[in-house]
Amino acid sequence: MLTFVDFVQEAVSGIKDGSTVMIGGFGNAGQPFELIDALLECGATDLTVVNNNAGQGDQGLALLIKEGRVRKMICSFPRQSDSWHFDAKYKAGEIELELVPQGNLAERIRAAGAGIGGFFTPTGYGTMLAEGKETRIIDGRGQVFETPIHADVALVKALKADGKGNLVYRKTARNFGPIMAAAAKHTIVQVSDVVPTGSLDPENVVTPGIYVNTVVRVPAAAAAGKVA
Amino acid sequence: MSTATSIQTSATPMGRDDLARLVAKDIAPGSFVNLGIGQPTLVSNYLTAEQDITLHTENGMLGMGPAAEGDQIDGDLINAGKIPVTELPGASYFHHADSFAIMRGGHLDICVLGAFQVSATGDLANWHTGAPGAIPAVGGAMDLATGAKDVFVMMTLLTREGASKIVDSCTYPLTGVGCVTRVYTDKAVFLTGPDGVQVRETFGCTLEELQELVPVPLKAAAAV
Repeated sequence: MLTFVDFVQEAVSGIKDGSTVMIGGFGNAGQPFELIDALLECGATDLTVVNNNAGQGDQGLALLIKEGRVRKMICSFPRQSDSWHFDAKYKAGEIELELVPQGNLAERIRAAGAGIGGFFTPTGYGTMLAEGKETRIIDGRGQVFETPIHADVALVKALKADGKGNLVYRKTARNFGPIMAAAAKHTIVQVSDVVPTGSLDPENVVTPGIYVNTVVRVPAAAAAGKVA
Repeated sequence: MSTATSIQTSATPMGRDDLARLVAKDIAPGSFVNLGIGQPTLVSNYLTAEQDITLHTENGMLGMGPAAEGDQIDGDLINAGKIPVTELPGASYFHHADSFAIMRGGHLDICVLGAFQVSATGDLANWHTGAPGAIPAVGGAMDLATGAKDVFVMMTLLTREGASKIVDSCTYPLTGVGCVTRVYTDKAVFLTGPDGVQVRETFGCTLEELQELVPVPLKAAAAV
């Protein structure tokens, strides 16, 4: 069921300890900062977080990691010039890391939303990231078996939602949003604008509302200074 | 059989920008290309409008333009290195699974990557030193190495310690097996594949001098 709420705190209030949470964004583009801040505030802990990165600077996912709420990160690129909170936790042995090539990460998320039980991919074949995994030669190429990544919750940032929960995104901030929205049991979306049903061109809807459970409006002005 | 002098095309080693210019010149008109982070990004400075190259960025865009400046900077429009960029007319956006389907599906003509090592048969090592305590980060490197029709590498031929980065067999963890087709270095352009390493041209050295630096058998490439 689709609900519209007024506050980010209300949107994330159902997230339980031990949940697997997908968080959209590539770097800071598309990262739902206000929803992450609310998740931090609500106190849920022992989380498994799925994101491309492992937090930047002193905001968003980086703070969730700093506060010890994340038991495990599933990501492709944790190490960055400003990933100091993840780096410290990792070196202290206080966070688990499952490192996944970025395309395998995306396809494993997509597979979860699409009901696929697994797939063979050439990416990673013959590397240490394929160690222990089933392999086959298909069409003359070595391929690795990868399984879907499911989640209890997805936190996604989009540009607009209509009254049916249909979403459109903005530029490269789209990134993981559509596939995470489909992969999670409960998808929470922050949008800059909620527009009347019928005002989005159905041809241009990127995420159909069937994947969306909770929508909260966070005006772009409130996110100012956190977009770069 | 070519002689060593016939493949020497410059009297001095290539600088980074000259090498980027050479890579740009070698990209066929109309190609779809992904440029890796770091030195490969320089290639975009030398692509011409006449070439009509479409740049792909892994975070969901075709038709990426130059780096954004001043008022153009938009936090929602960045490249794989998380640098603000611009969009060109005819650009398109898509989600991450589609972006990597573009790579994995063999739709990109060329990707240009940096490397720690390339083996004689085109194995690539460019994501992890494997050093104890190093935090591994792979990003899209394995997907690019595996998916593009041609994988070009740009790197210095030698490490700071003077060891060749073209090796018989990679000692660093692999990114992809047998994927590199061409290696652009400051001292030569190498063609790699199942038949071993051929040298297309040398910069500031002869083939014989180059062979003294590189621990795998080199032969001159047949003239194209």
